[in-house]
Amino acid sequence: MSLIRISYEDLSRNFEEVEAGLSNREALEEANRCLYCYDAPCIQACPTGIDVPTFIKKIASGNLKGSAKTIMSANPVGASCSRVCPTEELCEGACVLNHATKPIMIGNLQRYATDWAMKNEKILFSVGEKIGKSVAIVGGGPAGLSAARELALLGYDVTIFEAEEKAGGLNTYGIVSFRLPKAVSYWEVEQVASMDVEIRTNTRVGRDISVKEILDSYDAVLLAIGMAHVPALGIPGEELAGVFDAIEFVKETKTKPITDALLGKKVAVIGAGNTAIDAATCSVRLGAENVKILYRRTLEEMTAYDFEYDFAKQDGVEFRWLTAPNKIIGHEGKVVGIECMKMELGEPREDGRRRPVPIKGSEFTLEVDAVIKAIGQSRYLDLIEAFEIEHDGGVVTINPETFQTTNAKVFACGDVIFGKGQGEAMVVSAAQQGKKSAYSIHQLLMPTMETV
Amino acid sequence: MADLSINLACIKSPNPFWLASAPPTNSGYQVQRAFEAGWGGAVWKTLGEPIINTSSRFAAVSFNGQRVAGFNNIELITDRPLEVNLKEIYETKKRFPNHAIIASLMVEPQQDKWHEIVKKVEAVGVDGLELNFGCPHGMAERGMGAASGQVPALVEKQTFWVKEVAQTPVIVKLTPNITDITVTAEAAVQGGADAISMINTINSLAGVDIHSWNTIPHVAGKGAHGGYCGPAVKPIALHMVGECARNPRVNIPISGIGGISNWENAIEFMLMGATGVQVCTAAMHHGFRIVEDMIEGLNNYLDEKGIASVSEIVGKAVPKYSDWGDLDLNYKVVARINNDVCINCNKCHIACEDTSHQCIDMLKDGKGNSILRVREEDCVGCNLCSIVCPVDGAIDLVELPNEFPPMTWNERQAAIGALGCAVDTVK
Repeated sequence: MSLIRISYEDLSRNFEEVEAGLSNREALEEANRCLYCYDAPCIQACPTGIDVPTFIKKIASGNLKGSAKTIMSANPVGASCSRVCPTEELCEGACVLNHATKPIMIGNLQRYATDWAMKNEKILFSVGEKIGKSVAIVGGGPAGLSAARELALLGYDVTIFEAEEKAGGLNTYGIVSFRLPKAVSYWEVEQVASMDVEIRTNTRVGRDISVKEILDSYDAVLLAIGMAHVPALGIPGEELAGVFDAIEFVKETKTKPITDALLGKKVAVIGAGNTAIDAATCSVRLGAENVKILYRRTLEEMTAYDFEYDFAKQDGVEFRWLTAPNKIIGHEGKVVGIECMKMELGEPREDGRRRPVPIKGSEFTLEVDAVIKAIGQSRYLDLIEAFEIEHDGGVVTINPETFQTTNAKVFACGDVIFGKGQGEAMVVSAAQQGKKSAYSIHQLLMPTMETV
Repeated sequence: MADLSINLACIKSPNPFWLASAPPTNSGYQVQRAFEAGWGGAVWKTLGEPIINTSSRFAAVSFNGQRVAGFNNIELITDRPLEVNLKEIYETKKRFPNHAIIASLMVEPQQDKWHEIVKKVEAVGVDGLELNFGCPHGMAERGMGAASGQVPALVEKQTFWVKEVAQTPVIVKLTPNITDITVTAEAAVQGGADAISMINTINSLAGVDIHSWNTIPHVAGKGAHGGYCGPAVKPIALHMVGECARNPRVNIPISGIGGISNWENAIEFMLMGATGVQVCTAAMHHGFRIVEDMIEGLNNYLDEKGIASVSEIVGKAVPKYSDWGDLDLNYKVVARINNDVCINCNKCHIACEDTSHQCIDMLKDGKGNSILRVREEDCVGCNLCSIVCPVDGAIDLVELPNEFPPMTWNERQAAIGALGCAVDTVK
């Protein structure tokens, strides 16, 4: 990949999808290169167990609708995952051709097949025979959509309660459009909605509808509410104009017209996870003159995927390791700088990560116009409390086999169960948890019916 | 540098690579370009009454995204006047005196017509004649081409007529669209042919367009069978060459044709009895320049084997080609999987499990790694696993020590007959 060409004349162009999809010829050649392994390791490596050789074989044979269906039946957000999955750690990392030539471009082929279905407006699934039971799903992100699709296939009446204007969650709002255009997420939502799943958007549970009403009105409830805003840094100056929450910051680039507010500005991003990378690369695309990622640990401890890190570096983002913010400096209510300290790594803590320790007298100030906080996400504690289920600091306690919470009719999956050594952060894992939760709900409500 | 020159029934050429009578040899311009590229000879596209060709004409078969695995045509013989062709043959021969030019001929099965055309083409200096008794479409409907080639008596008679006047060597090109090609080969020998060439194209329909339901190719919505050639026909051609080469009554040189795409294919045909080879589809797919690799690859092969002349390899594999009844029934090979090389695609397992003898187990080694192992006692040595294996060296077929002395089916039957045993011993 070469350095991106940022357009300063038309910033919105910078938010078009970066990677071009495979051409027909590229897809055909690559699909034919697949060995069509038996009991293939790529299937094992996919959290949703997509039958990769089968969908690739279908591309090779020209059965693109069948290919898309194979993908989407295993993973209801398979179009998004083709773009955002860390494939080199999953399917492509497991490809047997790693030992012979080079792995098959599974992610790109998955995108090719699902792009085809999207472009041709294919509806891939039809509703199962109604069984007269209802399930409420709180949260229309990857986990919730995935569960909804599976339950609808099984014949349940499913209602998704979505606080935002559109469903899709992280895929719609949280992943930068040059990686994942929102049209892709919308298509996945449409696939679910087309199965008679009612998606009540702009409906925040606990505000627009009470928890009690939901618990009383449905046979089972699935909590797939994800995570909330970025927590406070806990340093002076956070209230200044020019301090942003990374999640909100990315969301704005996907929901509002692109502005030139950051054109020629200097930006500091605090944190080094995938969201920090997204905030930084968005800033570059908004025309920022200089973007620095400040991280109190080192490259080793960084949680962003390697390909995200490479992507940011290619965008010209600077990384300042072992750097922690002390205070944000303002002038007339606006950010003008950030005071930082250099850190060093101390002894490892319980979680195995080495603790950063400030170096005395190492304070220095960076001149910046904006500070973007990307130090993780807080939890919807109030809502979890309202369901009166057990949790550990907002990480809902579940039976890891069934995703059942301490309330037998309430299940939980996705980011709401991620943390404290439980769960997984990937979109693809959320999708799989959604499927599994759906099967557990089915087991609970229709124990005599065959499971999937 | 090995000697690559050949002498096929007194037709000499600097190397064994000739262009077959086909679209690449339609004109002087093309043949001269071919000779410049290095082709040793060219069989000029069949001369005869100028005829009209259709549009379109060609179609090909792709396999797993690879183009031109097989090639089909409904083009007929030359559609240019004889005088033009003769003039260009003369000019080409003059410019390339050391390259072989063979005129392919097809006329109605009448003695005077053959005499007339033979005299005309020999007058412009061709090195030999090739009688086209193989074209399977169009001309056959007029009693020529394959229609002649499928009747041994016509093959013999027409060859005889040609030989009555021919001054240059006569090659008879045979059609594969027949049950036993050695019958027509023998007829050619009886007629006095100096050599035979094979195979012409195989009757074919390249495909059907699943959307328009037209044949592929089609001419204004209608199709007709064509002739099939290219890589896909190589095994069929090689078999026919081998059958003729090992038949003592077909005791004349063979020019091998059929799917030859590279130097390795050429060596196979020569080992199986061809004195030289003819190529068409590979040139149509890639242009004349491919001959450079053919020549170089053949030369390197001969040098590495310490063989001074390419003619030394002709027929060397023929004694190894026999009948099923002469194969040793007590010979046994089994598959062995080298797990160090294996990449665990499990294709051998599923192929064996579903379609052969269920003797490849998917196991875990002591460290929990996936391994594949052949239960040799159940393996019949069918080769399927090694055929589907994508990695060279991952599966070997290993010869097992023979418990019994070699015995063929024919020997076995003879032994039973000698014993006068009336019992049916076939299970």
